[in-house]
Amino acid sequence: MLTIEHLSVRFRDRFGATMAVEDVSLDVRPAEIHGLVGESGAGKSTIGAAIMGLLPAAGEITAGRMTLGKTDLRTLSPVAAHRMRGKRISMIFQDPQTSLNPLMTIEDQLIETILAHEHLSLDDARRRAVGLLEEIGIANAATRIKAYPHQFSGGMRQRVVIALALCTNPELIIADEPTTALDVAVQAQVLDLIQKLARTRQVGFILITHDIGVIAQVSDRVTVLRGGRVMEQGATRRILGQPEHPYTQALMAAVPPLDRKLENFHLPKVAGETADAADAAQAREAEDWLLSGIGGGGPALDVQNITVRFGGERKGFFAAREEFVALDAVSLGVRPGSVMGLVGESGSGKSTLAKVIAALVQPAEGEMRLDDVPLAPMRSRRRGDASRRLIQMIFQDPYSSLNSRHRVIDVLTEPLWLFGLEKDQRRRERLAEAMLALVGLPAQSLDRYPHQFSGGQRQRIAVARALLSRPGLLICDEPTSALDVSIQAQVLNLLKDLQTRFGLTTIFISHDLAVVRQMSNDIAVLKDGKLVETGPSEAFFAGPKAAYSRDLLAQTPAIRFDKSGT
Amino acid sequence: MLTRLVQSEGIWLFTRSPAAMLAAVVTIVIVTGALFAPWIAPTDPYDLSSFSLIDGLLPPAWEEGADPRFLLGTDDQGRDLLSSILYGARLSLGIAAVAMAVALVLGVSLGLAAGYLGGRFDAVVMRIADVQLALPAILTALLIDGISRGILPAALHDDLRLAVITLAIALSLWVNFARTARASVFVERNKDYVSAAIMMGQHPVRIMLRHILPNIVGPLLVIATVDLASAILLEATLSFLGVGLPADSPSLGTLIRIGMQYLLSGEWWILWIPTVFLVVLVVAINLLGDFLRDLFNPSLR
Repeated sequence: MLTIEHLSVRFRDRFGATMAVEDVSLDVRPAEIHGLVGESGAGKSTIGAAIMGLLPAAGEITAGRMTLGKTDLRTLSPVAAHRMRGKRISMIFQDPQTSLNPLMTIEDQLIETILAHEHLSLDDARRRAVGLLEEIGIANAATRIKAYPHQFSGGMRQRVVIALALCTNPELIIADEPTTALDVAVQAQVLDLIQKLARTRQVGFILITHDIGVIAQVSDRVTVLRGGRVMEQGATRRILGQPEHPYTQALMAAVPPLDRKLENFHLPKVAGETADAADAAQAREAEDWLLSGIGGGGPALDVQNITVRFGGERKGFFAAREEFVALDAVSLGVRPGSVMGLVGESGSGKSTLAKVIAALVQPAEGEMRLDDVPLAPMRSRRRGDASRRLIQMIFQDPYSSLNSRHRVIDVLTEPLWLFGLEKDQRRRERLAEAMLALVGLPAQSLDRYPHQFSGGQRQRIAVARALLSRPGLLICDEPTSALDVSIQAQVLNLLKDLQTRFGLTTIFISHDLAVVRQMSNDIAVLKDGKLVETGPSEAFFAGPKAAYSRDLLAQTPAIRFDKSGT
Repeated sequence: MLTRLVQSEGIWLFTRSPAAMLAAVVTIVIVTGALFAPWIAPTDPYDLSSFSLIDGLLPPAWEEGADPRFLLGTDDQGRDLLSSILYGARLSLGIAAVAMAVALVLGVSLGLAAGYLGGRFDAVVMRIADVQLALPAILTALLIDGISRGILPAALHDDLRLAVITLAIALSLWVNFARTARASVFVERNKDYVSAAIMMGQHPVRIMLRHILPNIVGPLLVIATVDLASAILLEATLSFLGVGLPADSPSLGTLIRIGMQYLLSGEWWILWIPTVFLVVLVVAINLLGDFLRDLFNPSLR
């Protein structure tokens, strides 16, 4: 149905031109879900935009043929292309918050789209809109259709977006990261829906995603992309089960498995990345410095009955604020030198708990103890408190956790100066350099600014900053969720390595159960601010006790292909 | 960090914006001329012995009956208009720059603290800012002028006229800086690098000045440029109305006020040349401000 042959797309910028997509061929049949997978910069979304004829102004197709049925997509006039978009090819975007108009009811948006492409009476269009909502699984469609987007939950909104894409009976739907903004439970439902629609309506789907788990769950065939080129193409089962191309093999090796705990990700060494002798000596210097300060490993953390309430909105002018309970009497013990994995959906309070421990959020009730010494909450924790140095945090977004106006050397020497760990500026700089070597970055990085690094490198800098405080307790708040899977594997390897070497007590927060399994000794599951279950990690994954944990585990996409061939 | 910015994107966009380049050239020419007025200007308009009534009301060099010594003509006292404008621009730019700097320091400090601390301090500062905004700048200036006239002895007041007008302009401009700084701080405060600094127990003043301030200079620089133009205009307005500087040390506004008397007399140059000069200067600075705003706001490109 859709055939793409030797497609190349070039982007012009002030430095010249770069090839975003080179010589890509693929075809999608009716009722087939074709996965496009690759890391950032692989050209996945560019291919989608090229098919839609919606490349940004700087981009142009330099070669190749694209045909949908009998129509040549490249020779269409702008008017014809406009008429075809939405009618024969639709698109589903990543964020359902922004792809629906918040000021129009669902009904108006659906009817508007239907009438834009077909000559129907208003009543017929409305009937079709209601039918569509029923089809995608919205109960009471006839009344719910009058609602505004904000009256739906995230998953429901994404269903509505899918209904919008469907309402003109297109032949092809391009779904660009359709579940990335959703929790696992909702993701599973949306993926099921996509699969069902492909079968019942004979629609071809192009599913663009960075998540191999999603590909494994729904796609029939898959194209693995890297740097705009096709690495491997074929049936999903074969590509993910017995990858032939070295890149696909490396990618699969970097995916954290849900069903077992790896000691380390075995990543193929890329030429030029091996540390030389000088770096190794420097890394040892940083290691010695850390060991001399940390000594016998991290402290024990004990958290009792932590409750956090946030002031909500006023319902009326005179009404009291309705309080929102973010954490409800959570008690948790972290053994010294162990890794506690905190899991839960968005809004479950994982990050809030981390912020309470880090003194960024004031708890309403509760007590904390660090090695049997009471740990003051935010408002009463003094600036010079010993825990300011002992507790360090690695944040989710490496683009905002480093001050973009400070050089790396300033970022790294700051904790040494602030906590009075080293008096001499030259010694501080030397240590910063050594610590960079320890986290695997070259010494010349010191004089650069954070924006000159990639996401993974920035996260390494953040790790180095945390270590330069000589911490005992490390809080990692989704440290890899903003990173590509191969970079994630590298950072996880680094964190694991450092944790075992220095015996740091660690709280590892993630929404991704597979990642948490790789990292943690113990695990705690949070839901709506309440602790659902806690216990040793391997026992948890073998048989979770709470029903909610079982659901969570079942909904996480797992790659269940037999990998014996690799 | 400013050099980093200028070296990369800035220069590249600059070379692609003819308006910005023209504005930059005009601004540089005028500012240098004003700065080096004592060395460039043909005569010293403050020196009574350097001009005589015989040369009065001579038209500019390209008109009939002109005297080649006076490129832009003379006023009724026989003063060279070009020299008067250069000296006047020097005074105007000086006052505007100092007033803008005072407003910048005052506004950014208050805005930074209000945005970072929030709560009651924020409420008080912002209500004061609202009141300030409700008062027209001229009213503020008249108020300060009146008060200073009331408290200070007459002789001292005349000496301090320069300071009074500068303060008046600064007081009507600080609100812009405070509001912009506060809004930017609200955005930056929620970023993780600030959380990291708070977590480490850094002093709030250090967090504000060393961590947040460098990240908000972009929009502040834009406001500073645009406000420099407003300050020049404000000074001209005040001087035109006679609240500003006395006639013996004329700024651009004073020159225009003097020129007003000749509006319909045929000696057009006495009014129009300083006026056009002022307009060109203000437009050039505003164009530069627009360019900077586009530079710091990629979504507008």
